[in-house]
Amino acid sequence: MEKNPSIDIDYVANLARIALTEEEKKTFSGQLGDVLGHIEKMNKLDVSGVEPTAHAFPLENVWQEDKAKNGFSADEALANAPATREQMIVVPKVVE
Amino acid sequence: MSTQLFSLTASALADLLEKGETTSEEVTRSFITRTKEVDSTVKAFLHFDEEDALAQAKASDERRQQGQSKGPLDGIPVALKDNLAVKGQPLTCASKMLGNFTSPYDGTVIGKLKEAGAVLWGRLNMDEFAMGSSTENSSRQTTANPWNPECIPGGSSGGSAASVSALETPLSLGSDTGGSIRQPAALCGVIGMKPTYGLVSRYGLVAFASSLDQIGPFARSVDDTATLLQAIVGHDPLDSTSYKTEIPDYRAEVQKPLEKSVVGLPKEYLSEGIDPEVEQAVKAAVKWYEDQGSEVVEVSLPHTEYAVGVYYIIATAEASSNLARYDGVRYGHRSEKPSNAVDLYFHSRAEGFGEEVKRRIILGTYVLSSGYYDAYYLKAQKVRTLIRQDFLKAFEKVDFLLTPTSPVPAFGKGERTANPLAMYLSDIYTISANLAGIPGVSIPGGFTQSGLPIGLQLLGKPFDEAGLLRAAKAFESGHDYHLKTPPLG
Repeated sequence: MEKNPSIDIDYVANLARIALTEEEKKTFSGQLGDVLGHIEKMNKLDVSGVEPTAHAFPLENVWQEDKAKNGFSADEALANAPATREQMIVVPKVVE
Repeated sequence: MSTQLFSLTASALADLLEKGETTSEEVTRSFITRTKEVDSTVKAFLHFDEEDALAQAKASDERRQQGQSKGPLDGIPVALKDNLAVKGQPLTCASKMLGNFTSPYDGTVIGKLKEAGAVLWGRLNMDEFAMGSSTENSSRQTTANPWNPECIPGGSSGGSAASVSALETPLSLGSDTGGSIRQPAALCGVIGMKPTYGLVSRYGLVAFASSLDQIGPFARSVDDTATLLQAIVGHDPLDSTSYKTEIPDYRAEVQKPLEKSVVGLPKEYLSEGIDPEVEQAVKAAVKWYEDQGSEVVEVSLPHTEYAVGVYYIIATAEASSNLARYDGVRYGHRSEKPSNAVDLYFHSRAEGFGEEVKRRIILGTYVLSSGYYDAYYLKAQKVRTLIRQDFLKAFEKVDFLLTPTSPVPAFGKGERTANPLAMYLSDIYTISANLAGIPGVSIPGGFTQSGLPIGLQLLGKPFDEAGLLRAAKAFESGHDYHLKTPPLG
């Protein structure tokens, strides 16, 4: 049997911005290898000349009138923020 | 008689309300009592607010007294999957990430339900961010299948299916990205419908895979399904993928007899891996439609074997992009650990997301990453075209397709959690409808010898929900599976 493809888990976890534990890395690598193995089946299909489908019913240029509408007040918009001060979101220092 | 109100369908309750033989308050109290009685076993609800529900019910009764009833849903409880936004209510997607989140606005379907006078009744368990097929990926609790509490209810809308099956609500809403309405409906013995992509607005539904997600109804009769569908459909300027199309009167359409129809039986759907009792139920349904004068023809959907793979590329790719918003900054879980802003992302996401969500974000990130995009994502989109063409070609010859909903009945808790690929393959019959954008409904189609429900899936032409519901209603009229209720409480 062919070997399942493998994922460079550190590289991908970094792109996804998730701190994975060593155990998660090990488990996911194996499981996703199996899933990719199943997906590889697709490679026996010739899709040259086939257009890709992004949406089942292609809709193009869905415009809205450029008109001002009421939105949230600052307090409403910040109601779920983990940390705020003077109607701003507080985050750890970005620039040293 | 008020103790038994919870056992009635929404249509029967609406009749009683109309005749003045009961009130929405009595109806709502009946479901509250029932829920308190059985939900310690079923565990379908993540949250409910009794007083708020009763206040809505009383408002409905007042409207009715003044002759201002808003129609068949006025005063009828509808419970909601925990990924639909109701202003002022919690919305967690059964995730730690949104543990403290309160919706700042109403989703479009919620606005429509309020407009129809429905009593919004509680929030239902689900697989975290709708990722799963058993509701075991909830960070909060494991929902039981009302027919056998040792079994899973299906997923991801497991709470939506279990609550209707257990008579905790007459109606509920769920969302379906790869079968998340139809599969739990099948496993819990109720009706669940995924409408055509674009028929129901997604505004206010927490995004999983935007090109596949649709909101749809759960009910215990086809009439009820039509009533709830009618209330939530329609073009919405707040969802740019919402479709402008004429909306039929579904409630009237389902009352029409099923005209001599051509039923398609996809040969790829009755192959390896199907449970013999499920296969038997499908064959019995085929025979029933034939006996009613329908013509049954075998059709081929040749790209079926690629559907699961294509789905897990497209859905995870879209999810990895959609879930990038959970970064611990503006809302959602924020880690206490990090000392700098970039670390905040890594740790908030590590702590807030559960295992399956992380697994899918990793897979989605991988298939979109530099060097793999063409091989995976673009190729999957091309195969998606072929899968869609398979269906459109089949519908040139047939009115609807008849298939199993799930290859197996409800499986035991914990049985498949260690093997994601096996779990993914349990969606094999439902996934293609999302890729093709077509409507599908799961209806009760029998029981196994051990007493677990079996679901039949009907798949229809784009925007032919009326035809699909008519075919479902014909089957319902000739069987009593939908009248059976689980042995609870």
